Amino acid sequence: MALLTKKDASLILDPLADNNPITIQVLGICSALAITAELKASVVMAISVLFVLGIGNVVISVLRNVIPSKIRIIVQLIVVATLVIIVDQVLKAFAYELSKTLSVFVGLIITNCIIMGRFEAFALGNGPWKSFLDGIGNALGYGVILIIVGFFRELLGSGTLFGFPVLGDPISKTGLYSTGYENNGFMIIPPAALIVVGIIIWVQRSRNKALIEDN
Amino acid sequence: MAINTEKNSYTVLFATIMVAVVGTVLAFLASSLSDKIKENERLEKQQNILYAMGINQNKGEGSVSFIPTDQVAGEFSKYIKEQLVIEGDEITQDDQAYLIDLKKQATAAKNGQTRKLPLFIGDKNGSKFYIIPMRGKGLWDAIWGFIALDENMVVQGVYFDHAAETPGLGANIKQRYFMDDFTGESILEGTKYAGIAVAKGNNDPLNKIKDDNEVDALAGATITGNGVSAMISESVNLYKDYLETIRVK
Repeated sequence: MALLTKKDASLILDPLADNNPITIQVLGICSALAITAELKASVVMAISVLFVLGIGNVVISVLRNVIPSKIRIIVQLIVVATLVIIVDQVLKAFAYELSKTLSVFVGLIITNCIIMGRFEAFALGNGPWKSFLDGIGNALGYGVILIIVGFFRELLGSGTLFGFPVLGDPISKTGLYSTGYENNGFMIIPPAALIVVGIIIWVQRSRNKALIEDN
Repeated sequence: MAINTEKNSYTVLFATIMVAVVGTVLAFLASSLSDKIKENERLEKQQNILYAMGINQNKGEGSVSFIPTDQVAGEFSKYIKEQLVIEGDEITQDDQAYLIDLKKQATAAKNGQTRKLPLFIGDKNGSKFYIIPMRGKGLWDAIWGFIALDENMVVQGVYFDHAAETPGLGANIKQRYFMDDFTGESILEGTKYAGIAVAKGNNDPLNKIKDDNEVDALAGATITGNGVSAMISESVNLYKDYLETIRVK
């Protein structure tokens, strides 16, 4: 017996491409714009959401038959908030500098529409294993876009990747900079992320015409 | 046995149990990690103080790099020669002065108690640095930092940080191009402790004029910038009496 049935595999793989939470469902945009100026922050945010969404979906799914429907949104919020506080505290203890960069955004995870959306739309109606896969799939789909955006913004905006200069030194004009190339300061500010996400959506839809809406 | 999850009594019971469980888990986590978090915050303060006096590992334009955490304690005791606590007219030495909580001291001052003012004296290659901690309000939350002065009340370096300023706008107060502008500016206007204003339209965007008590503002971050101006002038005025005693006249 295969580890994952075909249906299970599609729970993970669909959100990576044709049902991507950012480019297709257009959820979680605020964090995609805010923290992708550096690749490092993108990766950490992706991992944090992977943790929160994977575990959160399982918790909600396990509790789905006992959660009183009248207060289910509050219960969902508390589950996310608890997990986020755990992430925040652990980062503060073991990756302090990173936690400082992310402190504003870690709070934003609580209101990340992807998380609430998956709790409400999937975990409340499916078993824990399927919910776990769905959570991982959607978090990966979110993370992939974050990392792609972060890659281009850091490379074109600062000429570095993970903080390492890959294009040479802009001050002493070595490497690519000796040819007159300059860093594009626009890539560092949030609107640039919107443009990069827009280009990804464009590329994706022109490769798969089925994604284009009729109207 | 099927539970009726629609009953009000069940809803209340569920909410009560959930709050108790979540509360216990978070309380346990907070108490078990608090030592490590406090240690990180302590090292960060040392890094920030050293940064203000120019002891850092900045590489090239735009980089803000502190002394690594495993070396900072050693460097701190090497460069920071004295840590003073100014309490009214009394000045005492205290090697834990950098841990004084400025927010608590401000509250104490409001309640009529004497405020404890920490001040750090650094020594780098024979030149002395008087480093003043600062705390103020930005747009969303607290901003804070350190300002290093010499005997002529000329800024030798600053470090700013913030709790939750807008990324890309107010959050840029901790960027090099903003902090570096302060170096060389005087906090004195004549003999008055005027501080340094973050000014819009000061006709000096490259910050060539160093005696105007002004640096160029950040676009789109007016309130954060005003917060920085207010923070500097309030903080240096708290230390006015002490600074008068060391100032070269």
